[in-house]
Amino acid sequence: MPRRRWQTLLLHGFLVLVALYIIAPMLFTFATSLKYQRDIISGSFSFEPTMLNYDELFFGRRSSFIDLTRNSVVVGTGSMVVVIVTAALAAYSLSRFRWRKIYTAVIMSWLVFVHMLPPITLVGPFHLTARLLGIYDTPLAVIMAHTVLNLPLAFWMLHSYFTDIPLELEEAASIDGANRMQSFWRIILPLTKPGLAATAVLVFVFSWKDFLFALSLTRSKAATTIPVGIASFVQEYNIRYGEMAAAAFFATLPALILVAIAQRQIVKGLTLGALKG
Amino acid sequence: MEQQSSLPRDSSLIRPEKKSFWQRISPTNDLAFRNWAIMPVLLILILLTLQPALQLIAMSVSDVGFEGGALQWEYVGGKHIQEMLSDPVVPDAFRNTLVYVVVVVIVETAVGLVLALAVSRVTHLVGFYRAIYVVPILIPPVAIGTIWRLMYDYNYGIINQLLTLVGIRGPTWTADPNLALISVMIVDFWHWTSFLFLILLAGVESLPHELNEAARVDGANNWQIYRYVVLPLLRPTILVAMMLRTIFAFKVFDQVFVLTGGGPGTASTVISMYIYEVFFVQFRLGYGALLALVTALLVSIFVIFYQWLNALVRARM
Repeated sequence: MPRRRWQTLLLHGFLVLVALYIIAPMLFTFATSLKYQRDIISGSFSFEPTMLNYDELFFGRRSSFIDLTRNSVVVGTGSMVVVIVTAALAAYSLSRFRWRKIYTAVIMSWLVFVHMLPPITLVGPFHLTARLLGIYDTPLAVIMAHTVLNLPLAFWMLHSYFTDIPLELEEAASIDGANRMQSFWRIILPLTKPGLAATAVLVFVFSWKDFLFALSLTRSKAATTIPVGIASFVQEYNIRYGEMAAAAFFATLPALILVAIAQRQIVKGLTLGALKG
Repeated sequence: MEQQSSLPRDSSLIRPEKKSFWQRISPTNDLAFRNWAIMPVLLILILLTLQPALQLIAMSVSDVGFEGGALQWEYVGGKHIQEMLSDPVVPDAFRNTLVYVVVVVIVETAVGLVLALAVSRVTHLVGFYRAIYVVPILIPPVAIGTIWRLMYDYNYGIINQLLTLVGIRGPTWTADPNLALISVMIVDFWHWTSFLFLILLAGVESLPHELNEAARVDGANNWQIYRYVVLPLLRPTILVAMMLRTIFAFKVFDQVFVLTGGGPGTASTVISMYIYEVFFVQFRLGYGALLALVTALLVSIFVIFYQWLNALVRARM
């Protein structure tokens, strides 16, 4: 069937073009990050690569990018731990126990609203509360905000992983004398390890991505995260293109690594988070 | 006699031992564990979402500010409503947001649908395409904004350089009042189309394959199969996806902040951007709270509609 073959080839051609369109901006940024200022200005497509911009970005005299990276990792890890622990407990309780319908419905749609309302609506109260509690400009304040940001998605993902495990396994454990806390700890959690890992990594990436909360809850390099640092580059009067490109490319790395190793779970998580609610 | 001996020797079944208070609330008691396990999330929801929501309402009828580090809080009633009605930026911000949302949702759904149908027709490289397409969703939006800002640059950006190659003098993009909002939308297409693609692809893949074959046996060509079989079956999924994207599009902030800062003038000021400015540039916390409240109520209508739609679609499937 030659006609069929041509169609398939055309389809692949189209899909590859789209893929190139998605990769091109990142390649352009990566190339810019390796250029000397004079090559950026001359706009030549051939250039002599240099690590100067990365060097300046991390180790420059005025640079605080290492602090920002540390803050991003602290905030990402902190909110990841809080979200996974609390969401796993709640998802287990709601997916494997009998609850009155109204309680489940209230919590579920509460989470939908938290997930869907624009974050800007929470920013004002969070800012006030953080200042009143004296945690303004500390990673703790950002962890607090990112916990709220990530809780719904993590809850839905874990809820679906737990629901997939056959009830018989827990029944067998209960005949052997295990209570539900033990069966959660010894059966459900070990069986959902891949799911837990995917959820945890996704929470970290979403925390790493956030800009609005970090911007409104921090002000110094003691707590500011990478996105806020990148945005401040843009606002400078004298734009340093090379460093800006280096910072932007560095910020995309976790996403690229993640997609390379766990594409399938991530796609599943994202579609699920979208359609659950 | 025999029946009696098959009963467990545990006396608790015959005469239930009254459990002590500590036994009843211990997590080793299953019912107590069920309740304990939900507590942390409930606590987070109450302290970090319900309390802020109430605080937002209280702020919206007050003048709030920090004077020398101490919080000043004064009840002013409906004063901020008056301010909102006479604020010339508010209609601009809402209009920009509305235009933005409508355009990106329509364009991204159309392109996402085409991509989903195309990927569903090929058997090789599906994982590869999906992996590439999903990347923009996971990148920090600030990095995306920065990447495009470098590309939009009037002098050194690749877009204008390419335009020069074909003899066109490129515009200033983000600094042009007529192009600023469009420039941000173009970035949004790049950023979010794959989200629609993923949802619609899941929808296409869950369609029963037999129907296509039946239609083909009846002599329908490709176009007819899409027009009369696939699209009608996909309509509920498309609706839900569009609704969802609409709700998320109202959140737009990061790219606007990096690309245009809402300018020039108010040419690309969307609602989140304006609320941020009122909060942290003008330091009008009370007024900003009212604007946030109005936005939240507006989006809530969409969320309720979405939940109703989603339940309807799922009941039908």
